[in-house]
Amino acid sequence: MLRRVRLALGVLLLTSVAFLVSGGFSPATAADTTITGTLSTPAGLPVTGVVITAIGPDGVSVSGTSDEKGVFVIPLSAGGSYTVELDITTLPEGITLNNEADASRSLLVLGGEKRIIIGLSEGGESGIVAGSSGTGERVVQLFLDGILYGLVIALGAVGLNLVFGTTGLTNFSHGELLTLGAFTALTFNTAGLNIIIAAPIAIIFAALVYGWGQNRILWRPLRRRKTGLIAAMIVSIGLAIFLRYTLVLFFGGAPQSYKQFAGQPGIALGPFNTTPKALILGALAIIALAATVIWLQRSRIGKATRAVSDNPALASATGIDVERVISVVWIIGAGLAAFAGIYLGLTQNTVWNMGQRILLVLFAAVILGGLGTIYGAIVGAMVVGIFIQMTTLFIPTEMKTVGALFLMILILLVRPQGLLGRKERVG
Amino acid sequence: MDFGQIFTLTITQAFGVTALIYLFAAIGLNIQFGYTGLLNFGQVAFVAAGAYAVGVIVLTLDLSLWLSIIVALMASTVLALLLGIPTLRLRADYLAIVTIAASELLRLLVRSIAFKDVFGGAQGLNGKLGQEFHDLNPLPADFTLPILSWSRQDLWVVIVGWSLALLFTLFVWGLVRSPWGRVVKGIREDEDAVVSLGKNVFVYKLQALVIGGGIAAFGGILWAVAKQSVQPDTFQPDFTFFVFTILLLGGAARVFGPIAGTVIFWFLLAGFGEVLSSLINNGYIDFLTATDVGSIRFMLMGLGLMLLMIFRPQGIFGDRRELALDAR
Repeated sequence: MLRRVRLALGVLLLTSVAFLVSGGFSPATAADTTITGTLSTPAGLPVTGVVITAIGPDGVSVSGTSDEKGVFVIPLSAGGSYTVELDITTLPEGITLNNEADASRSLLVLGGEKRIIIGLSEGGESGIVAGSSGTGERVVQLFLDGILYGLVIALGAVGLNLVFGTTGLTNFSHGELLTLGAFTALTFNTAGLNIIIAAPIAIIFAALVYGWGQNRILWRPLRRRKTGLIAAMIVSIGLAIFLRYTLVLFFGGAPQSYKQFAGQPGIALGPFNTTPKALILGALAIIALAATVIWLQRSRIGKATRAVSDNPALASATGIDVERVISVVWIIGAGLAAFAGIYLGLTQNTVWNMGQRILLVLFAAVILGGLGTIYGAIVGAMVVGIFIQMTTLFIPTEMKTVGALFLMILILLVRPQGLLGRKERVG
Repeated sequence: MDFGQIFTLTITQAFGVTALIYLFAAIGLNIQFGYTGLLNFGQVAFVAAGAYAVGVIVLTLDLSLWLSIIVALMASTVLALLLGIPTLRLRADYLAIVTIAASELLRLLVRSIAFKDVFGGAQGLNGKLGQEFHDLNPLPADFTLPILSWSRQDLWVVIVGWSLALLFTLFVWGLVRSPWGRVVKGIREDEDAVVSLGKNVFVYKLQALVIGGGIAAFGGILWAVAKQSVQPDTFQPDFTFFVFTILLLGGAARVFGPIAGTVIFWFLLAGFGEVLSSLINNGYIDFLTATDVGSIRFMLMGLGLMLLMIFRPQGIFGDRRELALDAR
């Protein structure tokens, strides 16, 4: 009997969002009727040793304890109406329930695998947890999650790599372009605009102010002063720290979410569980990236960008206005980064250090694809995105970034120019 | 407003335990970045290695603190080799990205549940980490300082810490005047020239990374001993950038640069924080709250780093000719 059971319990804490990918979609017989789920912190760390008890219609109680991956399974003898209780005393220190009502809930189990969602918070941060499924399904799920994550990384990495390619700047404040984009959208959203309208306005605003404006006010004068690339790199670090704490000052340290689409219920596409918003955002990201590639390939200024990336001096000698190219690159880079930030804001939440958290992943993608190679950023991003998600099959979720960083170091050992980079002396 | 108290608190912080931790990291970074020109963005990893060596040896394995100091130095050496061997042949910006990535990688590993038994997970290791050191405290039990607000225990840490810091500064002074120092400065200025003199540039860079990392590890040891606690999330990449700010403030490639930078940095940061808090608490500023002070301090720090790098990369006492920052 194939049963589709989906349950998503509201897990909205004041300023936090919970994202639900849920559902039990696997065929099952009454013999393996279970209640299952995964407990993890908002940061994705599994929460272990939590005892969850199901009390059945006949008064019999069965318990399950979350294992080192945060997964708990409560085997049941039959379907029916159950009361599921979470023993809060077994929660690790600092971890709390988003919603105290989650400690005890009634639910109807109709046989098969019933997944429940329990929103947990850590130090005010909140997040969510989805059910897990069989390995085969998990591989498909993680692969597609990886593609979606890769698209976000690609949006961020393209700008980072374009700026590096044309100006040589390793921009450590690129992560803040994502954060600023997300918070600009949040500001418009809080002011009353629907996020569907707020997002494009924020992206245009980000492209002009944080992209063009930043280049105009900061980086162009620095280039004129002939500030060295290493000095500029350190300037970008100072800028990143300044921007981050400015955001904390004005928006506070707690994660916030957009007013719309925050707790969108999940849908299932065959074995793949996702949310409609993630699919739409993914499609938009593909369109944005494709447009960027076509622009680089076909348009005059796009070709000029590639020429400057290749050899600024030579490009300048052939009559290309290098400064104009750099301005355009900043506009596009900041716009794409803002989109990536809003994407993350919609699928997770907006928090002051969201850009900082993803910056090293962006670098991993860029280095993997080849620092300065424009298409390398996209290829690298997809590989890193899929790699990060797929490694959770073998290593705990909390360590998935470790895998990506390790991959980056490994690539530097064997092929420092990256997958698409031209072989040249980088030492 | 009690300016006397503000001044006392500020001085206490400018020469205090936290300042000392940053000072050790800065002395190490001065060798790596100031003299050799290595863009090490993962200095915090060496501090963490020192702190966790003490934590693991003393708390997890229940062995002697003195043994942990040796282990800390070994750990930082291994870390330097692991970081350096793959990356020191690469361009400066690659080294920067790899070192910052490695420091994050290390932090994520020690805070993971998988190694919770060894490193204590996200809570870290807390307990009597420096007992053997504090038992040696020669200060009388009822000792109190007349003006400054260090406890008896902190004062002991501060005395030993500053003695060690001066010793390391003397060591650096000797080191950079030695033939070794001339070679690494040559590498910073023009790597190809040094290669053509037949020097093995890679080995010199590796040595600089190991020595600088070892000194930074003392910062970690001090951290564990003084604060009796080692927590993973205190070892964020921002720590490294504060150390860079300190070094650039005092003047990179200057023997006394780290000391001057540390004291001035903490004096300004702490002084500003105390004055602002006091203004807020006394109602002179009502559009900010006490919790905003921390953010504003960090904002100023970021801004300071930017402005320093743009307008005065040689810092307060540095020599612009000494530091050709772009040996690329």
